[in-house]
Formats: sequence, C-alpha cells, structure tokens
Amino acid sequence: MSDTKKKTTGQGPEDRGQGPGGGGQGSGFLANVETNGRAPADLIQLTAPADKARGTVSPAPALWRSLNDYAAAPDFEERLQSEFPRQAIGWSEDENAVDGRRNFLKLMGASMALAGLSACTRQPTEHIVPYVRQPEELIPGRPLFFATATTLGGVATGVLVESHEGRPTKIEGSPEHPASLGACDIFSQASVLQLYDPDRSQALTLDGEIRSWGAFLGVLRAIVDAQKSTNGAGIRILTETVTSPTMADQLRAVQKAFPASKWHQWEPAGPHSARAAAMQAFGAPVHTYYDFSNANVVVSLDADFLASGTASLRYARQFSARRRVTAENSEMNRLYVVEPMPTPTGTKADHRLPLRGDDIEEFAWMLATALGAAQGPKTSDNGDVSKWINPISHDLLRNKGASLVIAGEHQPASVHALAHAMNAALGNVGKTVFYTDPIEANQVDQLASLQELVKDLDSGTVELLLILGGNPAFTAPVDLAMRDRIVKAKVRAHLSLYENETSELCQWHLPETHFLETWGDARAFDGTVTIQQPLIEPLYNGRSAYQLLQMFADNPEISPYQIVKGYWAGQHKGIDFEAWWRRAVHDGIVPDTALPPKTPTLKANLGAPAAKRKLEGKLEVIFRPDPTIFDGRFVNNGWLQELPKPITKLTWDNAVMLSPTTAHWAGVETGDLVQLTYGSFSLRAPVWVQPGHAIGAATLHLGYGHTRAGKTGTGVGFNPYGLRLSKALGHDVGLELKKVSSGYPFASTQEFHTLDTRRHLVHKGTLEEFKKEPESVHEGAEAPPRELTIYPEWQYPGYAWGMAIDLNSCTGCGACVVACQAENNIAVVGKDQVRRGRAMHWIRIDSYYAGDDLNNPPIYNQPVPCQQCEDAPCELVCPVQATSHSAEGLNDMVYNRCVGTRYCSNNCPYKVRRFNFYLFSDYETPSLKLLHNPDVTVRSRGVMEKCTYCVQRINAAKIDSERQDRKVQDGEIQTACQATCPTEAIIFGNVNDPDSRVSKMKADKRNYSLLADINTRPRTTYLATLSNPNPEAEG
Amino acid sequence: MADEQQVIDKPRPREIIAPGYTFGTVTDQIATVVLTKKTPLFWFVGFGVGFSLLLVFLWAVVVLFAKGVGIWGIRTPVMWGFAITNFVWWIGIGHAGTLISAILLLLNQRWRNSINRFAEAMTLFAVACAGMFPILHLGRPWLAYWLFPYPNTMGVQPNFRSPLVWDVFAVSTYATVSLMFWYVGLIPDLATLRDRTASRMPRFIYGIMAMGWRGSARHWSVYETASLLLAGLATPLVLSVHTVVSFDFTIAIVPGWHSTFFPPYFVAGAIYSGFAMVMALAIPLRAAYGLEGLITDKHLDNSAKVMLATGLIVAYAYIMEAFTAWYTGNVYEHDAIWHRMTGPYKYSYWFLVTCNIIAPQFLWSKKIRSKPALLFVSSIVVLIGMWLERYVIIVSSLAQDFLVSSWGIFQATRWDWATYLGTIGLFLFLFFLFIRLLPMISIFEVRTLLPQAKIEEEV
Repeated sequence: MSDTKKKTTGQGPEDRGQGPGGGGQGSGFLANVETNGRAPADLIQLTAPADKARGTVSPAPALWRSLNDYAAAPDFEERLQSEFPRQAIGWSEDENAVDGRRNFLKLMGASMALAGLSACTRQPTEHIVPYVRQPEELIPGRPLFFATATTLGGVATGVLVESHEGRPTKIEGSPEHPASLGACDIFSQASVLQLYDPDRSQALTLDGEIRSWGAFLGVLRAIVDAQKSTNGAGIRILTETVTSPTMADQLRAVQKAFPASKWHQWEPAGPHSARAAAMQAFGAPVHTYYDFSNANVVVSLDADFLASGTASLRYARQFSARRRVTAENSEMNRLYVVEPMPTPTGTKADHRLPLRGDDIEEFAWMLATALGAAQGPKTSDNGDVSKWINPISHDLLRNKGASLVIAGEHQPASVHALAHAMNAALGNVGKTVFYTDPIEANQVDQLASLQELVKDLDSGTVELLLILGGNPAFTAPVDLAMRDRIVKAKVRAHLSLYENETSELCQWHLPETHFLETWGDARAFDGTVTIQQPLIEPLYNGRSAYQLLQMFADNPEISPYQIVKGYWAGQHKGIDFEAWWRRAVHDGIVPDTALPPKTPTLKANLGAPAAKRKLEGKLEVIFRPDPTIFDGRFVNNGWLQELPKPITKLTWDNAVMLSPTTAHWAGVETGDLVQLTYGSFSLRAPVWVQPGHAIGAATLHLGYGHTRAGKTGTGVGFNPYGLRLSKALGHDVGLELKKVSSGYPFASTQEFHTLDTRRHLVHKGTLEEFKKEPESVHEGAEAPPRELTIYPEWQYPGYAWGMAIDLNSCTGCGACVVACQAENNIAVVGKDQVRRGRAMHWIRIDSYYAGDDLNNPPIYNQPVPCQQCEDAPCELVCPVQATSHSAEGLNDMVYNRCVGTRYCSNNCPYKVRRFNFYLFSDYETPSLKLLHNPDVTVRSRGVMEKCTYCVQRINAAKIDSERQDRKVQDGEIQTACQATCPTEAIIFGNVNDPDSRVSKMKADKRNYSLLADINTRPRTTYLATLSNPNPEAEG
Repeated sequence: MADEQQVIDKPRPREIIAPGYTFGTVTDQIATVVLTKKTPLFWFVGFGVGFSLLLVFLWAVVVLFAKGVGIWGIRTPVMWGFAITNFVWWIGIGHAGTLISAILLLLNQRWRNSINRFAEAMTLFAVACAGMFPILHLGRPWLAYWLFPYPNTMGVQPNFRSPLVWDVFAVSTYATVSLMFWYVGLIPDLATLRDRTASRMPRFIYGIMAMGWRGSARHWSVYETASLLLAGLATPLVLSVHTVVSFDFTIAIVPGWHSTFFPPYFVAGAIYSGFAMVMALAIPLRAAYGLEGLITDKHLDNSAKVMLATGLIVAYAYIMEAFTAWYTGNVYEHDAIWHRMTGPYKYSYWFLVTCNIIAPQFLWSKKIRSKPALLFVSSIVVLIGMWLERYVIIVSSLAQDFLVSSWGIFQATRWDWATYLGTIGLFLFLFFLFIRLLPMISIFEVRTLLPQAKIEEEV
C-alpha cells in the first residue's frame, strides 16, 4: 500500500510537526525550536554515556529494572559526576537509593520545566489582521480569514486563507482582489497541501549535512566582504520572475552595493514571447491585459485564457458573464479558438479549429491581412484556415471596439505582435485591451539572461551563485546543459521549498518558507500589490528570499516583517502609516497600486511572415506547462497529481498528445511507448491519442519526470524539458517518433466519452434555436410525471437546499474538484488506485465528445457532485440507514453507521459515491494532521463517502442565523465548489425561497435534471449549454 | 462387524435400489464407510485438496481483514464482484438439497431417500460458504451485527426497505431450518452407529448425538411428524430464499438487474446448479465407495432430467431477458444486454450460454444420461456456467450503467480467486469430514425402499 499515500516523513523531529497552537500569535513554540534545543540536548547527553556503557562496561547489572537502575553502574556514575557534578549529587553512594531516585525525578521534572520556560523567549510582536469576520478574540471552533496572495510565475492572485486555531486549512478567493474576484484556481487551492507537505525540505544543509543558518550567514558574509573589492563581480543571483516591490528594492540595493554583480531571471513557463513581442511591436517593455466584459467577439490564437495564465480567474468571470443567457439577457459573445491541444477555452469555443503552431502563425498573418493590420499571405494550403478567415474577419469588423484577439502565452512573438496590430486596427485598445508598464520588477529577456549566466559560469568568474527558488537545473533549455554549468560556480546556494535537481548541484541547500509562513508582497496582472501575510510560524527551519537578500545588507538579521513593512514605510507618503498598513494588510490589496493604462505606439512595420515549415515526415513538437502541475513546481502535490487533467482526465502522468489521425499515421495508439527524437536529444514517453488535437503535432506537457522531488513526485511521468531547446521554447518542427513497446499503464478517471446513444446527458443547443424554441435544448430527454412513485412526497417546512450548475458557464477547469478535496478532507489514493477506479473526488468533471469527427469533436464538460435525489436510490438499499434523507432534503451520509456493503454505490445512477477500499486517509503523518478541516470527519477504511453540499458550512450558517433569530440569507452559504468557481457556474441555495438565485436558475428554461427519465428527481440540476455559432461560418 | 464391503448385483436400469439387498446389508454397507478403521486413499486425496484450499481461504481472509476489500478487484462502478457472485452461487447450490429432502418428500418421490442425506449436507455446507460472503465483503466486517434488529443504545434499527436486510432473515432462516432438518433426519442413523460401533469414544459421541433414540414406535411416530413439519417449513424456503436473493438485484435500479422475472429465474437457476452439484458429488462417491447399488443410474437419470428441465427454464429466462430489453425500448436496458453480449464481458457471456443452454441439451439423449462419466462432466459444466451467469449479471450490469463517464471494467485479482477457491476448499473439507464421520446415505430411509419393507406394510 505504500503507493497509495504519502507516509510519515521520517525526517525532522516529531515535535516540529505538532500543533502550533498559536501559529498566528507570533509566540508559537515552533519558532523557537532552534533556540530552546537545550532540553532535548540534555536528554541526549544523559543517555549517550549509558549507551556507551552498554557496549564497553561490564559491571552494569545483568538484570535491571529501569534505565536509572542500569545507569547506576559505577562507570556511568563516574562519568555522570564529571559531566554534571551538581545534578549528580543525589546519585552518590552516601544517599540512599530511594532518595536518589526521587532526587533524580525532581531534577528531571525541574529541568523539563526549565526547558519549557526557556521556550518563552519573548518574540517581537508582528500583527497580522483578520479579515471578514473579525471576532474580539479567536473563538475556538470558528475559523478566521486572512487576506494574502498566491503567486504563479511571480504574479499574484489574492486569496483569503481560512485559519482554524492558527492553522491554515483552506484557501478561498479574495472578492476584492482584481485577479480573483472571489474565485480561486487549482494551484492556490492546493497550496495548503504544499505547506504541510512532509517532503518539504526541513533543514539547511551543506553537502547533505545539517548546518545552522548562522553557519551559512558566516560563509555568505565572508564572500560578500571579499567581493567588496571587486564590486561583487563574482556574485550572481538567479531568481524566478519577480514582481515584488520589496524584493525589487532589495535587489536594487544589492546591485547598488555591488555594481558588478548580476541578477538573472528564469521562469520556464513564463510569457517569454509576449515580452519579446512588446519590444518588437512597441519598442518598449509593455504589459498587456484584457477586459472581456466589453468583447462581443473573441478570437483566441491558442490562448487558454479561461483556465491558465495570471488573470484567468478574472477573464473567466467576465467571459462567462457575457454568455449567461437569462430571462433578461438573450445575447452571448462569440468565441473562436485555434489551438493545437484541446483546452478548457477550446471546449467553450463556438468555433474551434485545431491547428499546429506554424499554422496558427499563418492563420494570424492571414487574419491580420484580412483586417488590414498587416501585409501577409491571403491564402493557405490548409483549407480550414482559408475557410475561416472571412467569417471571422467580418465578425470582428462588425464589432470594432468590442472585439478581442488574444495570442497565447506560448505562441511566438510574431503572433503576439500580430494580435497587437489587429487589436489596434479594430480599435480595441483602451476598450478590451489595456497596455501598462511592466508589472515585473525588471522585465528582461529571460532566456538571454540565462544564457548570459551560462557564459559567465563557463568563464569561471562566478564566485557565488545564489538561486532563489525555481529549479533551473531541471527547467532550463536542455541545450544550455545547466546541470554541468551550475557546478562551475564556486559557492552555490539554492533556496527552495523542496530538495530538487538543482539542490543536488549546490553545496548549500536552504529551506524556503512557504508563502503562508512569511511576509512578502507581489503584483497582480494589473499591477495591484498585495501584501502577503503569514498564517503560521514557519513549520521548519526555513527562511524567505527576502531574508536571504537582506543578508547582503548591513542589517542582515532583521525579520521579513521588518523588511516588508520597512519598505512600505519608506514608500508611504501620507500620514498615519500604521493605519494605512493595517488597512492594506487587512484588505489584501494596497490601494492605488494598479498601473495606469497607457497607449504605446505600434511600430508600423511588423516584418514579413516567416516561411511556414513543412513537416516532411516529421512532427511538430509543442511544449506547454502541464494543466495541473504547471512547470513542475507542483509535482509533489498529491491533490494536483490526482486532479484529472481537463479533457484527457489523465492523472499522475503526462503523455505525448497526438491526434487520432497522426497516431494512425505513426502506427501508435494510447499506451504505446515511443522514442522521441528532436535535434540531438531523445527520450521515451507514452502516447495518448487525444481527439481534437491538431494533426501533425505532438504536445508535450512540461513538469513531469523528476529524478529528485518528494515521495509523491519522483519518477512520475517523463521529462519534456529534455527536448526543449532555447531556440524553440514554444514549438518547433522536427520531432521524430518511433514505437518502442506498448502497454503503458495510464491512470485516467474516465474511460468512455461517447454521447452517441445518450445525448440527453448533456443538454445543448445553439442560441438561435433556443431563442426560437427553448425546449429544443431538451430534445431526446424525457421526464416522467412526479406522481410516478409510490412513496409520499417529502415535506420541507424549513429550508430545502438545492444546486444549479450552468453548463454554459462551466469551463471544466477543475478548481471545484481541488476545492472540494481541501474542504472535505478527501484522501489522495495514488496512481495504482486511480487505475483501479478508486479515485475519491466527490465532485468530478465529466468530459464527453460528440459527433463523428475524431479530429475536432465538440467537447462538453459536466461537473457531477452528488445529485441529492428526492427519491434517492441509495437511501432505499442501505441496510443500516447510513445514508438517509435529511429534513432539508440532503442525502446525509452517516460515516459512523456505514458498514460498507457498497450497495448504495451500485444503486447510484450518477456514481458519485466514493468508497474507502483501504485506509486511504492519512492518520499518521503529523504535518498532514494540521491540514484537515476540523469540521469534517476523516473517513476510515470500509466507509462510503460522498458530497453532502458541504453540510458543515450549511450548519455553521444555520447556527449563526439561529443565534441572531433570522433565516439564513441567500448567498450566505457557499459550498466549496461554488465559492471557488471562476465562472459562477455553480449556484447553491434554498429552493424553498422563490427569490433565491438557485430557484431562479431552476426556473430557467434551460434547466434540466440529469437522467430525469429514471425519476430520481435530483436536487442538483443543470442548465443546458448553448453555443453561438457564426451563421456565415456554418456549412 | 465386517470391514470388507459386500458385493451387490448391479441394478437394472429402472430400479432405485439394486436387487438382493436386505435390511442388514443396507445397514452394513452404509455404516461400514463410517465405522471402518481403514480410511481409503480416495478420502485422503479429497480431504487434502479441500484442506489445502481451506488454508488458502484462511490466508485470503486474514489479508482481507488486515487490509480491506481493496485487495479485490472491485471498484467504482463495479462495487460488487466475486463476493456476491459466490454468495448467490453457493446459496443456489444449496437449494437442490432442500428440494430433494423437503419437496420430494412431500411429493412422495421415494427415490430421493438414497440421496437426500448427502444432498442436505451439501446444502448445509453450501449455505455455510455462502453465508460468509455477505460478511467478508463488508467494508467494516466487524460491524456486521448492525444488520440485525437488536435493541441498542443508538436507537437505530436496520432499514427494512433494504433487500440486504431481507437477505439476513432469509439466509439465517434457511440455514437454521436446513440444519434442523438434517439433524433430525440423522438421529435414527446416529443411533444405529452408536449401537454398531465397537469403540468407546464414538459410541459416547454418537450416543449423545442420537439423543436417546431407541427406535420405539412412539419415537418413530414423533419422528415422522417432526420430519413432515420441517419439510413443510423448508418447502417455501426453497422458493423464498432465492427469490429474496434475487431481490438484491431486482430492487436496485441498475439496468440488467431491475426486472420482475428474476425470482423464478433465480430459483430455477438455483435448482439447476444444485442438481449439478448433487451429481458432481454423487458420481465420484458411489464409484469410490461402491455404492452403485444404492445410488443407482435411475437416480442419476432423474437428477439429469431435473437439470434439463430447470436448464430449459433458465434458457427461457435468457431469451426473455433479451426480449424485454429490446421490447421496452429503454436505452439503458437495451444497452445493458447489448453490452453483455458484445461488450467487455462478451466471452464470459457466450461461454455461460454455451455451458447453461447448449451443453445440457445433450441430456435429452437417454444414452448420455446413462453414462455417469458424461453426466459428471455435464454437471461440472453447468456449475461453471451458473457461476458465470451470476458473475455476468452482477459485473457486466454494474460496469456499464447510466452515465457513460463512470463506466469501468472489473478485473479480478488473485485475492478474488483465492477467496472463491478457498470456499470450495471449505466445502470439500466439510464434506469429506461428513462422509467419514456420518452416514452419507440415510440407512433407515433406504431400508424402506426394500421390497421387504413393502411386504410388511401390506401385511
């Protein structure tokens, strides 16, 4: 069972993992483990001689009753006397045995007490400010919410962190933060698991031996002092993308003190070509963001703006708001997507065209030409492209100023430049497209930056290489041979959450604090700054990058709190900094830090289109960050590993994504292992045949194939960084593929995708048809009359909870799945168990393909939580009443009563019940105990579990409302899936209240019950999905 | 007491007992099997196989209890696999014993007298094997007692709407009645053994078990009444138990399970497999112990006819299953049968059709019915077929039900097989103990078959 769950860490003293009672108070004992190490040390010294005596000294009694007795051997007493003269008095021969023992116990007690006292060293007070519900004091059992921000690729998304008695357990979106608007993505959701991950690096090491921070500081200061004479010519600092104003300030200070030192940045999945395109199109670094609320027509050139990228939550919210067809609004925006690999954005497209990278570039040129924004080709050898250009360009031109062309992050600079040109030509700038100064502290060409570092490393001038975060040895383009280069620096130190491939190459490994453990700040997509506040004292002996950079300064030992607050105190212009600071930290946004939009001038000449590369029997290779583990930084996160990737439903693996046609051409099928050769590099990887993938291309998702990660991530998947060259970070032609063997075991949570005979699972239609005849979306479905049951109707005098899910909004991003996992203590089961159909997610996203066109089928996503049926088949068959109907219409699941016949699951037509085939929950790992939501039972082996509409949240709200003698208000209860949903597709509430949002949604003409024909009468209902195709492009 | 067995003339085809038997020779031949000091090699081989498999079973159960039901191949959506298949199969096998002892008694089918004892023992052991699976398959088997309605401080009672609770009553009643019927029927023979054994210990034990039976007229009168009453009690159970077991499926809404003709279909299938098991046991036994005079070809012929008849009912059920699926026009029912025939379990399905429908058609031939070896083979074929039938009904229906997204294929693990083969081991273990320690044929009932018994009656 070792593969099913991460087990105890084995590293680090046990007590460090235990409950940091007052984590938020600043005086938790965890912080002091380092300083109060005396008590354990004493014990070690006491027992050590005894241990030695066991081997060497024979006079020890042959039989002994206790360690005391044993230790009374003369040799040991002698040693003790010399070691602890005063304490040993009670042990001498002139004292009788009983007194001796008692004295020993007294001394033991006293020293333990003193050890405890010494833990009470007063720490400076650092105030963090609770958000939303701010009680006088912390009330046990009531969580507090704190605003902070997560970063991905350096860019911030505001979050609220739920903290139970000082331990963060759940991340929610921050409604006031512009990038979140209350929603949350999978990475933020899963970051609490990362915080408590027992595989995080826990100690500072030099060549694998544990050292103190003092030792490192000593070495660092010595180098820094020595470098003063050369202006720091030997100092190199390598960071990921930095948007933090404080860190930027620190880095500038380092540069100032050591003008010859260099700061490099490398973010493997960052917007490299968007930066290059800004230089190409505007001649200056410019940052771009969009506003979808005014866009009637959107053309995505391989931009998965609904599910990935720094502002995807906001974009998804705005985009879906423009698609919500209600009684009042009957208009929808229109989305065209060209992309190689189906993405959540692609599934929402009204017209989707799978194109490989070079085709997309050609497409962009042709579209720009048709719009009059560039001079490029007018025809293509790809008939689909030619067919598409006219309808799209007409549609765009009809919507000047209310349209949008977006280039994907990984498209080449030319496509970005063309998008800029098209948006300018369409008059979208300032309406749907906004330009600002860079949000990055120092926007550079990161590839060039890395290449410069490589050059310096080769020349042997690097004395100190300080790597702050990231994993460049793993993620750098393979032709840079970073592994061999890094070791050329004389002193190498790597600050990281995990010991990874880069740590292996560095003498010093520095454990990093998680963002929930320390202070910091970062900018969002529009420049808005959030001050990150810690939710818990560092679990391990980590420090943040801020602290490390401070080591170069004159006051190296000041705390992160002082660093961040100090910087902002310097920036603050007005009066009463304290109040301002409190406000900023409390709100999670620093007011007026959003960067003002500007209108850069577009260069007239965009250059000529590059010649389209012919495949010539090879394939195009496309590199993309993985949908769930990103660039590899989340590889050790079980929640993200087990989260089924959008559309493919693949877990615990990446794969060579091929279209059915390409696979047929290459003679391979899903599960075949192939040898990929590209340039002079090659690797082995399994094939996944993906309907809707572009023909002639193979998409490889980065981030897998680690040789050094934690227990969860090591050795999972294959490593496409091994093929990624600096000349082609996005895509390139020239991949060869040869079948080696077959039968690779993929773990996918959905094996069948066809909708052919069961069209009525997903109700769908076009907007036009729907406007003409609303019932048309329900074609093929039947709903029997309500009387068709012999059971009497349930009566709900109070509340009756219900849920409505708008399929027209859902993008299938999977945030709800992780949110549910975090909220409800859902176990991770591992790849082998997923393969056996035992994944535990309470809500899942089903993906269906429709139609016959395997190379471009429409794809439908459908989130399926428990349907909470009125006439629930599960309730009928449970022999022990472990699942029964509540007075508010929920199908309650009584874990304590369940004996595990699994009959309920057999009889559940929706298959939403999940069974603990083994003891899946981790009852052992100390740090993971902190992770659990205290309001939800941790299920043991042999018990059925399922979604209960977050009944713990319902009850908390009901208790509150009863104390205030009122009814629960609409919107007061948000289920975890609902709260995190970027598109507000999930609405929960009281269906007894006709004015509630959920009642209104259920009254919508698009509303339908899943499998209505079997008369289970679910409380969860769906709203049919609509598309808005361009009539001109039809036929 | 003669240890050597007596040579009896081979019976003529239509007789249910060979000519030449006397009261004494009948008693001698049956009692000798038990009272002999020489245990035949055949017994050791059979017992050894049973015992080895029993150890496999114990091993599998220890692992099961230590780790959980995850060691089996069950998964979402196929939450029931081998365990419930085995349960239904074993319970079905038991039915033949009760049918023979109760219904055939009431119908005055005297040929049953020579086979009812071991058929009842078979019932008992089959129910023992079956009865374990509902407990073994629980996620938390230590809480199995929650299925019983007992007064408790939690104030919770079982859900009487659930077929699994009906199962508890049906199976426990069945086990109790079968045990009582079997034991009451044993008493006169136990007394015979008590009287004939030479050694002290067996005499003591058989004496205790015979409960003071002296064979007085009063005893016989009471015995006849009790046996008739128990037969009356057991008769409805033959129909009800498997009907209730079939409710486990028909009450559920799973396409492929949810159908009204399951009860008769299951009962017929149960008797079908039960008679197959009777023959599979009787044929080697009578050969090994030279009991052809008592278990004659006539018995085998009759059993084969019952098999053929029930097999035809089962065949009819298969056809009706497909017909209703088509006739309802219901996409789920239609697909359930279609997937069963053409989907991932098609080999199992067509193999079971071959075993259960095509193979038994040979039993129309009198020639085949008179060849014990062929009958043995055909009964084994039917046993396999009936196991597969339950497997296919349970697994293929669950594997592909309503939501396409949740479909998943069940694959048995070695632990599934170990548990299944293990219960066969338990069955053989118990059965071989039975034939060594108790008379496998009812002595006193066979004696009533003798012509002498009839003459006296007439006088």
